[in-house]
Amino acid sequence: MVLAQARIETRLLLRNGEQLVLALVLPLLVLVIGATTGNLLDLGPGRRIDILAPGVLALAVLSTSFTSVAIATGFERRYGVLKRLGATPLPRHGLLAGKTLAVMAVESVQVLLVGLVSLMLGWAPVGGPAAVVAGLIVLLLGTAAFTALGLALAGSLRAEATLALANLVYVLLLVGGAVIVPLARYPQTIQPLVALLPSGALAQGLRDVSAGAGVPFAACMVLLAWCAVGGLVAARTFRWE
Amino acid sequence: MRYGEVAAVDTLSTQLPASQVTAVVGPNGAGKTTTLETCEGFRRPQAGTVRVLGLDPARDAAKLRPRVGVMLQSGGAWTGCRVHEALRHAAALHAHPLDVDALVERLGLGSCGSTSYRRLSGGQQQRLGLAMAIVGRPELVFLDEPTAGLDPQARRMTWELVRELRDGGVTVVLATHFLDEAEQLADRVIVIDHGRIIAAGSPGELTATGAENTVRFTAVAGLDMHDLRSALPAGCTVQEVTPGGYLVTGPVDPALIATLTAWCAARGVLAQSLAVERRSLEDVFIELTGRELRP
Ligand SMILES: Nc1ncnc2c1ncn2[C@@H]1O[C@H](COP(=O)(O)OP(=O)(O)OP(=O)(O)O)[C@@H](O)[C@H]1O
Ligand SMILES: [Mg+2]
Repeated sequence: MVLAQARIETRLLLRNGEQLVLALVLPLLVLVIGATTGNLLDLGPGRRIDILAPGVLALAVLSTSFTSVAIATGFERRYGVLKRLGATPLPRHGLLAGKTLAVMAVESVQVLLVGLVSLMLGWAPVGGPAAVVAGLIVLLLGTAAFTALGLALAGSLRAEATLALANLVYVLLLVGGAVIVPLARYPQTIQPLVALLPSGALAQGLRDVSAGAGVPFAACMVLLAWCAVGGLVAARTFRWE
Repeated sequence: MRYGEVAAVDTLSTQLPASQVTAVVGPNGAGKTTTLETCEGFRRPQAGTVRVLGLDPARDAAKLRPRVGVMLQSGGAWTGCRVHEALRHAAALHAHPLDVDALVERLGLGSCGSTSYRRLSGGQQQRLGLAMAIVGRPELVFLDEPTAGLDPQARRMTWELVRELRDGGVTVVLATHFLDEAEQLADRVIVIDHGRIIAAGSPGELTATGAENTVRFTAVAGLDMHDLRSALPAGCTVQEVTPGGYLVTGPVDPALIATLTAWCAARGVLAQSLAVERRSLEDVFIELTGRELRP
């Protein structure tokens, strides 16, 4: 049942053109342009690609687990899909599990593609297999946090408002959430705040991991906290019709 | 059942017969959808109890869902989802689903199997909704206006399908605005208005109540009306409306026709163009709910 749900959600996510642009084309553009044009973005000291690659991975996660989930779920409610699913034997946690699996399926494609292109562009992550595991943990926590936040958004607002807000938050986090530009390049005074953003924690966590720093506990705690906040809000406000 | 201050369904109390077709009819906004959705477990009544297959639809939802099929009044499918996909997915959520391909053919959706939901015509969307409601072999189905927007062929096909479901032991509850549909299809009709049941019974019972059915016949002019009336059951009136044109009003049943023709035969009178004019369910409906348009 959950697998059937995951299968159809994945297919629909991949079929949706606009979402695919957001999920693949945009991150790859940022990656290639950022890596090949030296002075467009001030990324600070270090090899550009090593700073850029983890950020773009975070961007990919943000687009799928937050923006896509929020928009898709908002319209599912609008068109009565959630309501009809509520009348089938699929339990609510089954729906949630299906969505999560679908997000992870799409993200594996994204991570694979972004990772490969980054390696081709010279990305040299350090730390070996341990770093890969640490990176996967951070990715998973980031996915959980953003999915919960996406569902919370879709659960409490109308579909159109969700669409607008999900895109707005995406752009705001992209620009001001330490996704691409490392935390260290932000003004000293707001750095602690930006580090507490889910995007900041995810992207900085990935950058630290790929620089060989091991599991970034602080970032993981921040992501867990966002996951709890999103989960609570979603559980309280989520309406199925 | 209230929406805020609006009492959408108020003191609605009835039992639905198992393995039969029940039609819920009523003007726009009467509370048909609200009633069905309360039975489907989407809404909890503020007062009173609902039992579906002996269970509480809101509390025992997990037990009921595999046994109950639901067709919403509109929507319910992903706009980008193809017909085959949507139906296969609905089938995969049930333990013993019907054969998807056969069902698609049966509903005449074969040629649009790979069309996405948003590109289907209204009637095709409606058929897909029906298919998704029955694909899991439910024991009980709630159909909210299943034939709205269907062409005559598709409507007949739907009627046939509903009859087959009933003959297979499935309980069917459907809301409809087509009184002929209710008359043809339903074993029991419930008329609701302003959230209350205002009439219920078999189509025959409903059209018979009020007893304003008539028989017209022509024969030689000048029959003895007084004698005829005394031959007929109490409550009948007879009248020679035009010379040789007679009108009998009352509870028209087979016995009445037999009495009438026997009376004629005894007098050597040939009754010509004898016609029973029964009220249709639609006449009854208009009588019960008035002629004004609902908001
Ligand atoms: N979600 C809602 N919020 C507030 N009021 C509602 C809601 N849904 C229905 N109503 C009101 O409840 C009443 C009953 O509505 P319902 O949808 O049950 O009618 P219906 O008999 O199905 O009508 P129709 O034939 O138009 O489908 C109407 O007055 C309607 O305005
Ligand atoms: Mg309705």
